Amino acid sequence: MIPLQWLIGICVVVGAVCALWRARRWFRGQPAKVDFVRGLMRYPRSYFVDLHHIVARDPYTARMHMMVAGGFTAALLLTLAVHLFNIDSRVLAWLLLVFLALMGVGAAFVAMRRSPKRARLSAGGFSRLPWSLFAFAAAFFLATLPKAGLVASFAALSVPGIVVLLLAAWGCAEMVAFLPLGPMKHSFAGAMHLICHPRFARLGAARPDSGLKPLDLSAPKLGVETPADFKWNQLLGFDACVQCGRCEVVCPAFAAELPLNPKKLIQDLARAVDPGGNDLAYAGSSYPGRSVGHAHGGPSQPIIGDGAMIHPDTLWSCTTCRACVQECPMMIEHVDAIIDLRRFQALEKGAVPGKAPLVLAELRATDTQSGAALASRLDWAADLSLPLISTKGECDVLLWLGEGAFDLRNQRTLRALVRLMRHAKIDFAVLGEEELDTGDLARRLGDEATFQDLAKRNAATLAKYRFRRIVTADPHVFHSLRNEYPAFGARHEVLHHTMLLDELMTNGALPKTKAQPTKTTYHDPCYLGRYNGEIRAPRAILDAIGVERVEMERSGMRSMCCGGGGGAPVTDIAGKKRIPDVRMEQARETGAAVVAVACPNCAVMLEGVVGPRPEIFDVAELLLQAVEAA
Amino acid sequence: MAIDVAVLVSVGRHPVSGRARRADADARAVELALSIAGANVRLIHAGDPGEPALRDYLGMGANTMTVLRMAPEADPVLPLSAHLSSMRPQIVLMGTRAEGGEDSGLVPYLVAQALEVPLVPGIVSLSLAGERAEMLQGLPRGRRRSLAASLPLVATVPVMAPAPRMSAFGLARRGTIEVKDVTAAADEARAAWTEGPARRRPKRIKVMKAASAADRVRAVTEMAAGKGKVLQNLPPDEAAKAIFDYLVAEGIVQAKP
Ligand code: SF4
Ligand code: SF4
Repeated sequence: MIPLQWLIGICVVVGAVCALWRARRWFRGQPAKVDFVRGLMRYPRSYFVDLHHIVARDPYTARMHMMVAGGFTAALLLTLAVHLFNIDSRVLAWLLLVFLALMGVGAAFVAMRRSPKRARLSAGGFSRLPWSLFAFAAAFFLATLPKAGLVASFAALSVPGIVVLLLAAWGCAEMVAFLPLGPMKHSFAGAMHLICHPRFARLGAARPDSGLKPLDLSAPKLGVETPADFKWNQLLGFDACVQCGRCEVVCPAFAAELPLNPKKLIQDLARAVDPGGNDLAYAGSSYPGRSVGHAHGGPSQPIIGDGAMIHPDTLWSCTTCRACVQECPMMIEHVDAIIDLRRFQALEKGAVPGKAPLVLAELRATDTQSGAALASRLDWAADLSLPLISTKGECDVLLWLGEGAFDLRNQRTLRALVRLMRHAKIDFAVLGEEELDTGDLARRLGDEATFQDLAKRNAATLAKYRFRRIVTADPHVFHSLRNEYPAFGARHEVLHHTMLLDELMTNGALPKTKAQPTKTTYHDPCYLGRYNGEIRAPRAILDAIGVERVEMERSGMRSMCCGGGGGAPVTDIAGKKRIPDVRMEQARETGAAVVAVACPNCAVMLEGVVGPRPEIFDVAELLLQAVEAA
Repeated sequence: MAIDVAVLVSVGRHPVSGRARRADADARAVELALSIAGANVRLIHAGDPGEPALRDYLGMGANTMTVLRMAPEADPVLPLSAHLSSMRPQIVLMGTRAEGGEDSGLVPYLVAQALEVPLVPGIVSLSLAGERAEMLQGLPRGRRRSLAASLPLVATVPVMAPAPRMSAFGLARRGTIEVKDVTAAADEARAAWTEGPARRRPKRIKVMKAASAADRVRAVTEMAAGKGKVLQNLPPDEAAKAIFDYLVAEGIVQAKP
């Protein structure tokens, strides 16, 4: 079998050259601190535990992938031993047969998954993949039969010999020689990505690693304009995309037919790295309302623009809900990339659409999103005479009111929360005029300068007072104070109000409640669930007050956004539908009479849905009702 | 042929926080200038070159700004006119009035007079057609009037003009400020004033008895005519009673039982 030996040898060499060729494009990016040794040491856990957790959410795919990837990897090593180095061992030959058979069955699963055709899966090279897998498995199965002693060996120029050689050429071309360039690229780039992950801390972390990293505002260029402005390991990440479409399926903007598809976004970013990059070879769903074929880019060409690689409407459709990040089996960080791109648009071009420039200007001039006077933050509570920390000096709970204090709907939630804290005799205080906006909105819109200014001033205020912990009813405030303020020196224990209320119920600090038998479904806020992993406390409260709790199809860490995050309500990119309408439809399907929320944005977005719909109450409001009914 | 467009910009003041910012109408004038095809936009300010709010204008995309250094309270008309007459721009734009200071809206008229060029007040758009400028003037209630004038000219831009673009932090940081020392007469009248927040005048009560949304829209948009009662030739105490009853009915005063 001399020709087969040559074939394998050549393919291995070509494969190595292709891998280097492919890796070259990642190094068009910016330097990044990467600890290779640590990444390599952790690789088995990163792959078999962290990555497997995500893949296993789709059991069919997980089984399929285990057979194909496991079968292929083992088979490839054994093939090298048996056919390249000609180690004459029946045991190895038999083992090889087993793994090739496993791989063959896996390939059948791959083919079945793609038929009938599914919108989320890409065609193109991926349609060919099951047959390439099959060719590889079949070729070496046949070639190994004589070595296992099952059939007499056949000559290279016999009919079976030529069949084996042709199949092996096909299989090895796809699976070895051109692996780093075709659909199998994900295996090579994916492994490298896990080793050099830009958010290495997320691997094995107890709660999501979701805080954005501060931008150096004195850098000569702020944010990402061209592919070469990304860190090299971000470029590597884009290359790892296997086009599985899981992100596309969960994206709220895609569901409401806004012009965004996270899968195409990552593909466009990956393709923009090549000189003369375009999307002509992309064979998946496009951005809703925009056809494939209009993207043009290159390593030092602007990514965002009309006629560039990505249209600005696509960039600004994202609600930063992290559903895509949560689902992505390749652990790609879509939101980080989107924020990097937004930072350049906001800080270097001032190109932020819709009402956002107005809101940002108000933030700079008044430290509130609505342009309200800071002194009016307590107007809604004139009758509650909330204690100020500036007069008390210290307290147990510092209540952070947030922008919700200026909004009629959310004042009702805050009122309920204050009354519950009074019932529980909590020693609390508010900042009053000293509370500035956290800057969360500015940060998601890419205006890092305004965010850092607010964060620094808030951090200085917090440093003046003594309190045990901060409580807020706004998950966006919760997220920035808890995960993003420590970078500005503000390290405090921060609780979402549902976490506090759950604690108060558990330790008996709240009065008895009367059971509320209403059928209720809970809508997880992205910034509480996916950003902070807190999906238990609100449900525990609802269960404790005895509602009949039903879950929507998407809930918990896989919940769907209300459309209110990431500044989407102010950039206001039009789609065929509205995201809150899509979400409300899912709530209606449960037959619930009440949708419980835990975020001022969710409350406003969902209450804005017209037509007959369940009522919207914050968890605090429901709890107060139950307390006062008793 | 590039056309020189000078935009006079001032330091504004946010109506709620009182914080210094780009003045709204002036920012709209810059926006309008930047929208003129082939315009070479130059920003000019008379006052303190160290004022951070000036950078808000640079963040809109003009690379440089000339600041005629003088005391911020001094009268800017003479230095501005002198600078403009040596620079000779074809178009001078500015907001209709400042936010702070006298707020009289007279600066554009005085500058136009000094330059001896016509002034077009309240334009919301401008485009060039050869040696002429074609403009839309904004009138109350959303009406527009189309005007044309030959260059050079001075025009003012009201707050109803298109919203200004966002000021980009990076551009604001990189923009340069050229300082030119000028002598300006102190504004003595102004020095004698004390400034305080304006008080909103109470609104007239409008009773809306609308059955449908269409009625409500009509009630808001139409000029109210012939509403209420006209009482004539009443004895004073009966007239007083009628007014009192009206105030009670409106809930403005409470009748003692
Ligand atoms: S963060 Fe949410 S809205 Fe943005 S691309 Fe991902 S799934 Fe879509
Ligand atoms: S970005 Fe991730 S989830 Fe989306 S298609 Fe690529 S691999 Fe799949």
